[in-house]
Amino acid sequence: MKLHVLYFASLREARGAASDVVELSAPVHVAELLAALRAGPLSEIDEALFTRVLVAVNQTVAGSDQVVAEGDEVALFPPMTGG
Amino acid sequence: MSVRVQTEDFCVQREYDEVVSEAGDAGAVVLFCGLVRELYDGSESSADCAAVATLTLEHYPGMTEKALAEIEAQACTRWPLLATRIVHRVGELSAKDQIVLVLAASPHRHAAFEAAEFMMDFLKSRAPFWKKQSSANGSIWIDSRESDAQSLQRW
Repeated sequence: MKLHVLYFASLREARGAASDVVELSAPVHVAELLAALRAGPLSEIDEALFTRVLVAVNQTVAGSDQVVAEGDEVALFPPMTGG
Repeated sequence: MSVRVQTEDFCVQREYDEVVSEAGDAGAVVLFCGLVRELYDGSESSADCAAVATLTLEHYPGMTEKALAEIEAQACTRWPLLATRIVHRVGELSAKDQIVLVLAASPHRHAAFEAAEFMMDFLKSRAPFWKKQSSANGSIWIDSRESDAQSLQRW
């Protein structure tokens, strides 16, 4: 399956792109998606930033064991700093 | 109950009046307004804390509104609230600009105080906003604070 992954804030800047499309065999856990991104488009990202990255699936922050399926909206971003 | 994310400024009086009108027989309204500070001490140890020229807020459209609505809904299940409102600005802001507004109306003051604080505490680390500070020293993304994560534990 093809997954469209969005990036925000410092991660988007470090990646130099607002999104990537990755090809994975469905379905995958969040942890596997992160590993695939780390081995691919996010290989150049600073470790200190990458280890703090949060993953949202369908606009809700997801744990590492959550399953991601085709058509899900996936986003990666650093810890939030609102208010 | 309502949440809004917007680039334009908000009028505190207008927001207050609308919440009071919506609340009906409220005995207490707590209003919190957050402002952009002139000196941002995000990295408390930084000795070369330069005056902030601008603070730029990025967000995740769609998820932001959803996260704020969830925070508001949680507050409404925990306290007897008659009306609530969250307004958060995004884009480029300057020192002293209004950045966030939280209102909670209830029959009595304790619920309104606690609900406003609860919504602010969760908003800071559970709603997808990110701050970038620009000063004479350049631009940096503000790091999340351990104290913000800790302040959620009391709830």
